[in-house]
Amino acid sequence: MLELQHIRYDVEQDGDNKGILHDIDLTINERFVAITGPNGGGKSTLAKVIAGILTPTQGRILFNGEDITGLSITDRARKGISFAFQQPVRFKGLTVKDLITLASGKDIGVPEACNYLSEVGLCAKDYIDREVDASLSGGELKRIEIATIMARSTSLSVFDEPEAGIDLWSFSNLIQVFEQLHKKINGSILIISHQERILNIADRIIVLADGRVVNDGPRKDVLPTLLGGAPGVCGALADKVK
Amino acid sequence: MDAIQKSLLEQVAGLHEVPEGAYNIRANGQKAGRNTTANIDIVTKTDKDGIDIIIKPGTKNESVHIPVVLSMSGLKDMVYNDFFIGEDSDVTIVAGCGIHNCGVQSSEHSGIHTFHVGKNARVRYVEKHYGEGDGSGENIMNPTTVVELDEGGYMEMETTQIKGVDSTVRSTTAKLGPHSTLIIKEKVMTHGKQLAKSDFTVDLDGEGCHTNVISRSVARDQSKQIFLARINGNAACYGHSECDAIIMDEGVVSAIPEVTANCLDAQLVHEAAIGKIAGEQLTKLMTLGLTEKEAEEQIVNGFLK
Repeated sequence: MLELQHIRYDVEQDGDNKGILHDIDLTINERFVAITGPNGGGKSTLAKVIAGILTPTQGRILFNGEDITGLSITDRARKGISFAFQQPVRFKGLTVKDLITLASGKDIGVPEACNYLSEVGLCAKDYIDREVDASLSGGELKRIEIATIMARSTSLSVFDEPEAGIDLWSFSNLIQVFEQLHKKINGSILIISHQERILNIADRIIVLADGRVVNDGPRKDVLPTLLGGAPGVCGALADKVK
Repeated sequence: MDAIQKSLLEQVAGLHEVPEGAYNIRANGQKAGRNTTANIDIVTKTDKDGIDIIIKPGTKNESVHIPVVLSMSGLKDMVYNDFFIGEDSDVTIVAGCGIHNCGVQSSEHSGIHTFHVGKNARVRYVEKHYGEGDGSGENIMNPTTVVELDEGGYMEMETTQIKGVDSTVRSTTAKLGPHSTLIIKEKVMTHGKQLAKSDFTVDLDGEGCHTNVISRSVARDQSKQIFLARINGNAACYGHSECDAIIMDEGVVSAIPEVTANCLDAQLVHEAAIGKIAGEQLTKLMTLGLTEKEAEEQIVNGFLK
């Protein structure tokens, strides 16, 4: 479904070229794939390269066999790639219903929009007419962001750290959302996460560190190594996770 | 009324036919229809062009529509409308001006609306401005609003100018009595080389009075907007003004706040934010499958909704 061929992404820093992604080569066909690894390892950059928000310095991206490297964000979205932001964007004036309607691409009724909100654990009637602005908390925004991805129901959904900024209280609900999503969604999920409970429901785990794939395989093989301290992953941190 | 005038009427007042309740329709400088009710009287002024709208004390849940339409190019129209809103009443007043100018001369409508809001009365005042026409003549509107709020009075004023008005200078002055409230919500979108200037002066004279002046605007192409908000706190009061503007293309917006506290217990706040549409907002909507242009439209429409 998704093929990343020799993806390289460099940024210029103080006149020098700094490599963020080095020669990433991945083929993703599984239904639920998690990408994990230390902060600054290039995970979010990779997700943005897939969505078309960043253009790779080198390499090709194939989606369902078609080269999409040169396609815009809009074109990729229309071909079936969804992207949930790590920090959802706020809009003055656009309501939750507006956003879900735009996401679904058709004029859906209130009951359908409410369904998506209920799926992410929000009481629909309290939220449907709210503006997606600063009056919503970070956790509420994240849930709405996930609801928009559900409303799109595309063949690939990329989530950039859905757990970031969510309190512990809401977190277990969120895990349930992803467990449900895993069962219901028609396409594939690519999720960037640090959370063991999310990694626990992945079919495949890819570990990215310093812009390189340092481990990749079925969950049962990769997860134990992570908890034991993967190469490139800070040992002290891994100890804490344990 | 002809088809053009009817379509203008729909734009500025949302009316397909004559409205319910009291109304006065002015077309090309002439009276085109009027209705009064038991509680609301409309009287033509004898000393100058315009009408007096007199609302009896205690009138509840009634509305007055006073739209103005101009479809004759080169017409200069000037009216004085005075509203006397009786104590304890609760009414909605819908005014609006639509100009259709397909000629080469400028069409101009200037209205001076004066509101005398009685004790504990509540008024919702809605005003829409709309211009159209394929001629080279300009559509000019200069609305002036004067508000006097008695003790405990409440007025909410919503003004909208979305399209087709080439030049507008809006001037609003208000004097607030004790425990009265004035809320102003302005929405403006300018295109082309249009100019829109809003000049608000609110005197917070009475103890415990309160005002909130909110402007949301979008300036496109080479249009220019000036937002002036002058709030004078002359008693223990609360005043807030807010200008929130999106600039596009070569649009220019100036926000000029002036808050003066003449009383130690006056609390006055001004906020202004002017900028282009945030890149991440466009990106987010593009990841939902919208083109950049469609995303822009959605953001602007939502902002002015």
